Amino acid sequence: MNTESTGHQKYYVPESSSIPIIFAVAMLFFGVGAADAVMGKGTTLLFMGIVAVVSTMAYWWSVVIRESQAGLDTPQLNTSYVYGMAWFIFSEVMFFGAFFGALFYIRTFSISWLGGEGPTAKGLAGELLWPDFEATWPPMITPEESLLGDQAVTKGPDENMYLHSIKSLATWLPLYNTVVLLTSSATVHFAHMALKDNNRKRFNFWLGVTVALAFIFVILQAVEYYEAYSHLGLTLNTGVYGTTFFMLTGFHGMHVLIGGIFLATQLTRSTGFNHFTDKEHFGFEAASWYWHFVDVVWVCLFLFVYIL
Amino acid sequence: MSAVVENHDHHDDHHGPKKGIMRWLTTTNHKDIGTLYLWFSFAAFLLGGAFAMGIRAELFEPGLQLMDPIRYNQLVTMHGLIMIFGGVMPAFVGLANWLIPMQIGAPDMAMPRMNNLSFWLLPTAFTILLSTAFMEGGMPGFGWTFYAPLSTNYPNVAYFVFAIHIMGASSIMGSINVVVTIMNMRAPGMTLMKMPLFVWSWLITAYLLIAVMPVLAGAVTMLLMDAYFGTSFFDAAGGGDPVLFQHVFWFFGHPEVYIMILPAFGITSHIISTFSRKPLFGHASMVYAMVSIAVLSFVVWAHHMFTVGMPLVAELFFMWATMLIAIPTGVKVFNWCATIFKGSITYETPMLFAIAFVVLFTIGGFSGLMLAITPADFQYHDTYFVVAHFHYVLVPGAVFSIMAAVYYWLPKWTGNMYDEKMGRLHFWLSFIGVNITFFPQHFVGLAGMPRRYADYALQFAEWNAVSSVGAFLFGFSQLLFLYIVVKTVFAGKKATPQVWDGADGLEWTVDSPAPYHTFDVPPKING
Repeated sequence: MNTESTGHQKYYVPESSSIPIIFAVAMLFFGVGAADAVMGKGTTLLFMGIVAVVSTMAYWWSVVIRESQAGLDTPQLNTSYVYGMAWFIFSEVMFFGAFFGALFYIRTFSISWLGGEGPTAKGLAGELLWPDFEATWPPMITPEESLLGDQAVTKGPDENMYLHSIKSLATWLPLYNTVVLLTSSATVHFAHMALKDNNRKRFNFWLGVTVALAFIFVILQAVEYYEAYSHLGLTLNTGVYGTTFFMLTGFHGMHVLIGGIFLATQLTRSTGFNHFTDKEHFGFEAASWYWHFVDVVWVCLFLFVYIL
Repeated sequence: MSAVVENHDHHDDHHGPKKGIMRWLTTTNHKDIGTLYLWFSFAAFLLGGAFAMGIRAELFEPGLQLMDPIRYNQLVTMHGLIMIFGGVMPAFVGLANWLIPMQIGAPDMAMPRMNNLSFWLLPTAFTILLSTAFMEGGMPGFGWTFYAPLSTNYPNVAYFVFAIHIMGASSIMGSINVVVTIMNMRAPGMTLMKMPLFVWSWLITAYLLIAVMPVLAGAVTMLLMDAYFGTSFFDAAGGGDPVLFQHVFWFFGHPEVYIMILPAFGITSHIISTFSRKPLFGHASMVYAMVSIAVLSFVVWAHHMFTVGMPLVAELFFMWATMLIAIPTGVKVFNWCATIFKGSITYETPMLFAIAFVVLFTIGGFSGLMLAITPADFQYHDTYFVVAHFHYVLVPGAVFSIMAAVYYWLPKWTGNMYDEKMGRLHFWLSFIGVNITFFPQHFVGLAGMPRRYADYALQFAEWNAVSSVGAFLFGFSQLLFLYIVVKTVFAGKKATPQVWDGADGLEWTVDSPAPYHTFDVPPKING
């Protein structure tokens, strides 16, 4: 192979920066603080950690935005951002995959084995340990409850959130949430089309609608959680049904919140600072990809957590 | 590949490194960050090694001499965690940082500041993990695999969980950086199939890391919720299943095993080709073999769980899938042998380590094949045979390849040649030490000695004593390695840009030591 130099555009390599090391120290506060808080040793450190992490992240991104506005990013650097965001979303898919995998495993295997089914010793163990447990999904009575009744620590919920268990679709919150989120996926796409047409007003409008829908979703979800805790007896502690329900919808809700903030940031950049052109608007594009991803996760959730 | 035809015009807008400690804290330079990773992993290797010395000292003779079983379990756990997450993985990331931009003709990694963060999150994570040593309840003692329900009932597990989360974040960011660099920053003309094998091995490794580190994050999150928030993922009383933990963990854990060996394949390919003075035999088949291994790594996880009580069809599926991996691995071993065949071989230290890698890794691979046979595994499971197996693939496998890489590229990094006599001495001491340590563990394992106990039955005494002697020989030999590396950093015969006459690749076209910024403007690769 022969090598010679080329007249290639220079890739932007930033000068040394103290942001990452500050971020790493902030993460130290955050990590120790979170562990302290979980173990009941106080929340001061966690609070300090959150403030430090969030402000460092905000500052870091503001630097990146300023560099981009100064024209430092070449098309090649932009491609790096595109690939980087795509791979980040892939990692998020795998994170949700772990929880969906747990849900499928529990529904397919552990519940039926605990109920005494299965060709292996597992079914037998379920039969011997929890003779009265009936394998249903959702398990309204936990194995422990089937054995100890009211003495059990982990009891099942009073009602479930399933489609077939509700009285009226008109009061079924998950359906509203689905409509809200699917609509928002469309509106963020309208915003993208508007930006490509260089129609700033229309872009701001549709992006504003998307951000509003994002926060409506979060509020509705909060209402749903309140209902579950106060009226349905469905909590994190109501056996594996409450566990999978709250962990899956909870992590999804957290991602909706993050995605909403991500989109709101882009809205502020557009309305307040007149960033983005019809060609260069990766910040917005990344936020919209993230948003579509969050939407797909919700469709899976709606299907496997609420309907099936 | 011949030399760079034209030296690049030198840009003055890049400053050299900052002075003092701030250089290392704030650097965005891939070479600095690579150096940080490598020294961090060396420190972790020595600390994890010290823990291993503690384990072997306790096992030198039957009975409890030095520590109670809880302390012993903590040493075993921390030895595993430190060696995997602090030793082997950061060492490979350090090599990736140093080499990938130079091997593909890129000015730096694609995201230099995030690269710095990826490194500095590691000291953060290990500070949190090691801080448990000073707390009531102490360090985690549930094994590096942290099986529930032992881990959900263990003190201080929250610190462990958040430490793992931060290590995972570091790995994911580091891997995204590697993938993006390789996909987007290659010099014009460097097509995928022209890419050096170390770069290929890291592209696949980084893909595996991005795919499975989030699953590990999921596993520790479930563990945290079960331990502190009353959820029932792994609690049969609430409808969950402790075996679910093993499935989630090993879905991460098995690809993780290949994360720790694929870069070693890349390194070995370079070194064997260089010192045989022949192009690598079967470059394309090497790539396909690594891709096959990576794909298969996602469908073999339950071979770690044969005795846990799975349906027969699962036992059979995971047995056959595991055995399939022997095929691409065999392709690689035969390719290395074919590369050596009729070569003009010289035995410099990197070559010695690389040949030892091929032989001893293959021994570890064969014992892995034995373990893959489900009915046989019912006998071997959780015995010292398993310990011998994975130490053969990790120590004379992964660790030897890292040492080979250090000797091979150290002249390029420092501009000085290491002391060849000392290097060979280090090799032979390590080679003899590692075999004395781990070969006898096959015997005691087959005879039924279980792993993770501080004490053992009398009939295992002789081979355990032998193993401990070997471990101390191997352990103390590494101080020689430290001495050789430090000495080479400061002095030694000056290295030429080419360093090794048979070496091939872009990194050998730049000066030794490599200038602070290489390939500001990408070289063009012809032919």
